[in-house]
Formats: sequence, structure tokens, C-alpha cells
Amino acid sequence: MTEAVNLCVGLAMGLNLVALTTGRLPSLIRIVAVQGMLLGLMPLLLEHWAGPIVFLMVLGTVTIKGFVIPYLLRRAMRAAHIDRDLEPLIGYVPSLLIGAAGTVAAMAFAGRLPLLPEHRDTLLVPGAMASVLTGLLLLIGRTKAISQVCGYLVLENGIYLFGLLLVHSVPLMVEAGILLDLTAAIFVIGIIVDRIQRAFDSLDTRKLTTLRE
Amino acid sequence: MSRLLHALVSLVLLLGLAPLLPGIVGRVKALVAGRRGPPLGQLYFDLARLWRKDIVLSTVVSPGFWIGPAVAWVAVLGAALLVPIQPLGAVISFPGDMLLFVSLLALARFATVWAALETGSAFEGLGASREVSFAVLSEAALVTALVALCVQSGATSLEAMLTPTSGAAGVLLAAGLFLVLLAENCRIPFDDPATHLELTMIHEVMVLDHSGPLLATILHGAAVKLMCFTALLVSAVLPTQRLDGWLAALAWFGGVLSVTVAIGLVESFMARSSFRRVPLLLTTAFLLCFFALLVAWNEGGA
Repeated sequence: MTEAVNLCVGLAMGLNLVALTTGRLPSLIRIVAVQGMLLGLMPLLLEHWAGPIVFLMVLGTVTIKGFVIPYLLRRAMRAAHIDRDLEPLIGYVPSLLIGAAGTVAAMAFAGRLPLLPEHRDTLLVPGAMASVLTGLLLLIGRTKAISQVCGYLVLENGIYLFGLLLVHSVPLMVEAGILLDLTAAIFVIGIIVDRIQRAFDSLDTRKLTTLRE
Repeated sequence: MSRLLHALVSLVLLLGLAPLLPGIVGRVKALVAGRRGPPLGQLYFDLARLWRKDIVLSTVVSPGFWIGPAVAWVAVLGAALLVPIQPLGAVISFPGDMLLFVSLLALARFATVWAALETGSAFEGLGASREVSFAVLSEAALVTALVALCVQSGATSLEAMLTPTSGAAGVLLAAGLFLVLLAENCRIPFDDPATHLELTMIHEVMVLDHSGPLLATILHGAAVKLMCFTALLVSAVLPTQRLDGWLAALAWFGGVLSVTVAIGLVESFMARSSFRRVPLLLTTAFLLCFFALLVAWNEGGA
């Protein structure tokens, strides 16, 4: 059981680094979607009792993170006629190195935390922290609004992974609520992207820092 | 006596079979593209033809122009002698010979670059600068991979430390070493060995002005280097030590063959990446080896 969980989280950590190196918006969206689906399947591996609510939860997460959100993002991308290149503020090699260093630091830090014995051998905690760090890095280091949304999604994946630690004490309804919020947020961002595009003729967030009439 | 025989057999295998590998890669590429392709032993014919030709020497070059390829060939041969062939093992093996392996490859690169700069051609200078700047990253990855193997086995000679790795570390190490193999041997996605445009070449452009036996030496050296890296990758992943005799030899040859076919498939299905993406790919290779090292460290400490 631990092996499968570690494999999943390890793959998600690898996808974090791939997301940092990719230079294309569609592939970034695809990577984030795959990561979301991978982590969405995790409750099946963790739960010892597989009630119908868990299945529903997994189904909902995989559908929303793997299909609905990428669809919304792609539609926003098409509607706004965005360039596919990402134009990073932090270059690909530096962001890859920072991401890798962050992953190593997360592993080292998680080793020192007083965790429950059943969580000690899993990669859940370092994986969660590495995803949060990667999400922050994507948010800071990319200029396009949609790539920042992808960073936000990676960040949320990390928080979701952290939430899996508490899966026994927190009802899955909370997770479902978060998922609903997330979908609504992406939906709103899709509309905002369109508005920014119309007002500024670009989605470069650097241009949003200057005020004008 | 048996030691001498062993050395001779290894030498014949390494030097004799090495030109076959580019032939296999070429055949795989041709088959995937739906062509018949050149014969498997094309490089042997090329080498024989080049060896019979004269050398054209420019009036501006110093003896470094022909010393370079010779030094490079001997250095690559020396590196090949350190790589274990199953089930015979390495010809020469002593504690710490992994450092010699890396430095001999670096010497070979230095000699090739030296010979390339001798002609004063702008193209060759371009290729030399690219080769050296990519080498900085690929050597870092190679050294990290070797250190990971070291930590894992607790030995410092190539023959003893090439124990097969399993689990996550094995996968990471295999992927990292494969990327290093592609980069060091100037394969797609790092360099295109079949290109005809000087501006995009790396390795090929450095040897443009060499002809006849000098070019034959360079081509054969490149083939032996490919053999070295393939053997390194196979020994680091396949558990051939546990088998004995002919079975080990068979497994080893199967491994070498499949790595070569994999190179051919990569060359068929991928385009070379732009120069700006190459450092990123090499950094990825370095990180793969680095994570393998960390996993090995973790398992060794626990």
C-alpha cells in the first residue's frame, strides 16, 4: 500500500519539475491535469474502507481536475488568442534547479517533523510541500495569467495532498466543497482572462501594475 | 596467460564490435522510416576506405592537428579498457578508476577540440565552443551518476560498483545515464549526427577538416565511446553478475543491442531540440542522477 502511494506521490513530484521546465501553455495545462488526476486517485489507495462516498469523491476529483478545468482553461486560451509561449520571468533552468532544491529541502524538512508513525514512511508530507513550493514558483516566475492559474492549481494539489493526511478525521464533504470552490474560481478566472484581454490587448500580468484612465 | 587472453578478447570485442553500433542505429532509423538503409557494417567499409586515403594537411596547422585525433583515440581506448564487459569483467581495474574513466573521456574531448581549433575555421570554433559548454553539464551528470553507483555499492572501481540498481534509484539512474549517453555521443535531441548544415552541427563540424586515416580514427573513437557508454548503462541496470558464463554474455549483448535500438528509436521519433533547450535537458539529466544519488544515500543511511 505504501509503495503504491509513494509511487503516485513520486510521479506527482516529477510532474512538478516537468511543469517547471515546459515552455508551452497547452503542455503546462496537460501536465497539471495529469497531476490532478493522479492525486485524485489517491484516496482509493489510502482508504481501507472503500465506501461509495469515496468512489464518488474520486470520480468527482478526476473529472473536474482532469477534464473540466483543462477544458475551461483551453477555452479561455482560445477565446483570448494567447501566444503559446510562456515568457518566464525566472528562466527554465533556474526554476528547475530551484524546484529541485525545494523538493530536496521538503524531503529533509519532512524527515524532521514529528509525524504519525503511519505517515513517516510515505512521501505524502514532502510531496505536499514540494507541490506548494512549485506552485508558488510558477505563480511568481511566469507572466501569463493562465500559467499563473496553473501555478495556483499545482499549489492546490499540494494542499489537497496535505489534506489526505487528515482523511480519517475530516469528512470528504470538505474536500468536495474545496473542489466546488476551485471549479468556480477557474470559471471566474476564465471570464477575467477574457476581460483583461479586451482591456489591455495582452495577458501579460506585468502590464497590470501600471495604472491608467 | 589467461589474463593476456582475456585482455585480447576484450580488446577485440570492444574495438571490433564498436563500429557495429552506429550501423544498428542507422538500420533502426531506416526501418522506421520505411527504407532499406545501409548495410549493418557500413562503418567498417567507411573506415577501410578512409584508411587507404591520403591526409590533406592545411599549411597553417601545427602538428596538433594530427596529434589531437590520435590522443583522443588512445584516451577513449583507455576508458574502454576500464569498462567491464560481462562475463569477462574489465581489463584493468583498481580502486578509484572511475576518476580515470571520467578524466580520460575529458582528455579525449580536449584533444578533439584542440585539433578542431588548429584549423582556425570559424565553423569549427563554433562547434568546439558548443561541445565544451554542453560538456560542462553532461560531465556533471556523469560524475553524479558514478558517485551514486559508488555510494550504493561502497566501491570505487568501475568493475565493482556497477552492481545493478533496483527500485526508484535504478529508474532515475537509467534515465539519467541514457540522457548522458545521448548527449556525450552527439545524438538527437542534443546533436544530429546526420545533419549537413554546419551551423547546427556540434561534433560533426569539429572534424570537417580531417580526412583519410585521421577521420577514420575519429569515427572509430566515436564508435568506441558509444560502446563504452552503452556498456556502462547496461551494467548499471541489468543484473548480469548473478548469471554465469554464456548466459551472462548473452544477457549483456542483449542489453547492449536493446540500448542501441532505443537510441535508434529516439532518433527516429524525436527532433533535435533547439540550442536554448539543450542546457535544460542536460540539467534534467543531472537532476535525475542527483536524485538517484540522494535515494542511494538515503537507503545506505537507513
